[in-house]
Amino acid sequence: MTDRDLQVTEDELHAYVDSELPDERRAAVETWLAAHPDDMTRVGAWRAQADAIRNRYGAVAREPLPARFDLDRLARNVWPWKSIAAAAAIAFLLGGSVGWFGRDVIGGSAAEERSPFQAFTAEAVDAYNLYVVEVRHPVEVPAADADHLVQWLSKRVGYPLRAPDLEKLGLKLVGGRLLPGPTGPAAFFMYEAPSGERFTIYCARSNAPDTALRYNDIGKATAVYWANNEVAYVVSGKGDRTRLSDVAVAAYEQTDGARGHSKDGGG
Amino acid sequence: MVGFRHNVQASIPALRRYARALTRNADVADDLVQDTLVRALRSEHLFHGGEVRSWLYTILTNLNRNRLRSLARRPIHTPIEDDDAIDLAGPEAGMRDVERALGTLVEDQRVALLLVVLEGLTYREVAEIQGVPIGTVMSRLARARAQIKSYLDGERPALRRVK
Repeated sequence: MTDRDLQVTEDELHAYVDSELPDERRAAVETWLAAHPDDMTRVGAWRAQADAIRNRYGAVAREPLPARFDLDRLARNVWPWKSIAAAAAIAFLLGGSVGWFGRDVIGGSAAEERSPFQAFTAEAVDAYNLYVVEVRHPVEVPAADADHLVQWLSKRVGYPLRAPDLEKLGLKLVGGRLLPGPTGPAAFFMYEAPSGERFTIYCARSNAPDTALRYNDIGKATAVYWANNEVAYVVSGKGDRTRLSDVAVAAYEQTDGARGHSKDGGG
Repeated sequence: MVGFRHNVQASIPALRRYARALTRNADVADDLVQDTLVRALRSEHLFHGGEVRSWLYTILTNLNRNRLRSLARRPIHTPIEDDDAIDLAGPEAGMRDVERALGTLVEDQRVALLLVVLEGLTYREVAEIQGVPIGTVMSRLARARAQIKSYLDGERPALRRVK
C-alpha cells in the first residue's frame, strides 16, 4: 500500500457512513479511522445525527393515512378546467407554483380533517350566502369610503390589502366588512353588476402553502381558492365557472400586484 | 396505469415522513404531500417509466422550495412556533434538539441530508432530484452535518453558507 492509498478524504468518510463507499476502499477508511480519533469522533457524530433524525421522524411513515390522501378521491377531483386556455393563463400567472386546478369537494366522508383550502372556502361561502342576499346592509363600510375600508381591513387582517378593480368585468365595489376567519380576522369585499349579480372576495392571513387556483362547487355557490405569500383568498359567486374564473383571475392579478405597490408606499 | 397508481400509493407514508422532517410542521407537511399527489395524478400521462418515488420526492422538494421562496418575499417573517421553552430531559429533549438543528440548515442542505439519511436514497438519486452534480450533493451533506454537529455541541450556529 502506498501513502496515497492510505490517504482518506472527507468525502470518503461521508460515503463510508452512508454505505456509498466502494468495497475496495473500506479497509483503507477503517485503518484511517483507527489511527485518527478526531475523524472517528466525527463519523460517530454523523451516525448519531442520522439515528436521531430517524428516531424523530421514522414513526410518521407508520401513522395511519388520513382520508385526504385517498388517491381515488384525489384523482376524481383533479379534473382540468373547462378551458385549457384559462388553465394555461393561470399556470403562467402562478409562475413556479403548482399550476393545476385541484378541484375539491367540501363535506362528505373525507372531510374530518379540514385543509386550509376547505376551511377557508367553507367560511367564505358561508359569508357569501349570508350577505349576498342583503339588500339594505350587505356591507359595513360602503365603497364611497373605499380608502378607509381598505386601510381598516388591512390593519385588522395584518396585511396590506387592496380591493381589486373589477370594472372591466362590469363589477362595481359595493363595500366590505370584517369577519372572523379560520385563523384570524378576514376581510370581505363585495362586488355587484348592474344585473344584480354579486361576487365576494374573502381573504385572511394563513400559513397555508401557496396553491394554484382551486375551483369548488358547493350547492348554490361556487368558489375559487388560492393562497399566496401567507394570505389565502376565496372568490365566491353564482353562475358558470367561466365567469367566476374571469373574476378570480382578475382579482388574482391585482392582489398579487398589490404587494409591489404597497412596498413603494402606495395603497 | 394501475402500476403507477399503486406505486404512488405505496410512496405516501415515506413522502409524509420526508415532508414532516422538511417542514417540521405536520399541517404544512400534509398539505405539501397532498399538493404533490394531486400534481402527480394530473401528470400521470407524462410519466414514462422510471422511479415513481424519486419523481414524487422531486415534486415535493420543488413545491416546498416555492413555498419558502414566497415566504421569504414577505417583509415580516414569522418563524414556526417554538413551544418548547422548557427543555425536557431524556430522549424527548434529543428529538427536539434535532428538530431545531434541522431548522438551522439551508434548505438545499436539509433536502440532501434528509433524502440520504431519512429516506435512504443514494447520492446519485439525490443528485437527480436536486438537479446538481453528485459532488454538490456531497458538499451539501458535509455542510449539513458540520452545522448540525456545531449546533448540538452548543456552539453559536455557524453563518449560513450559500451553495
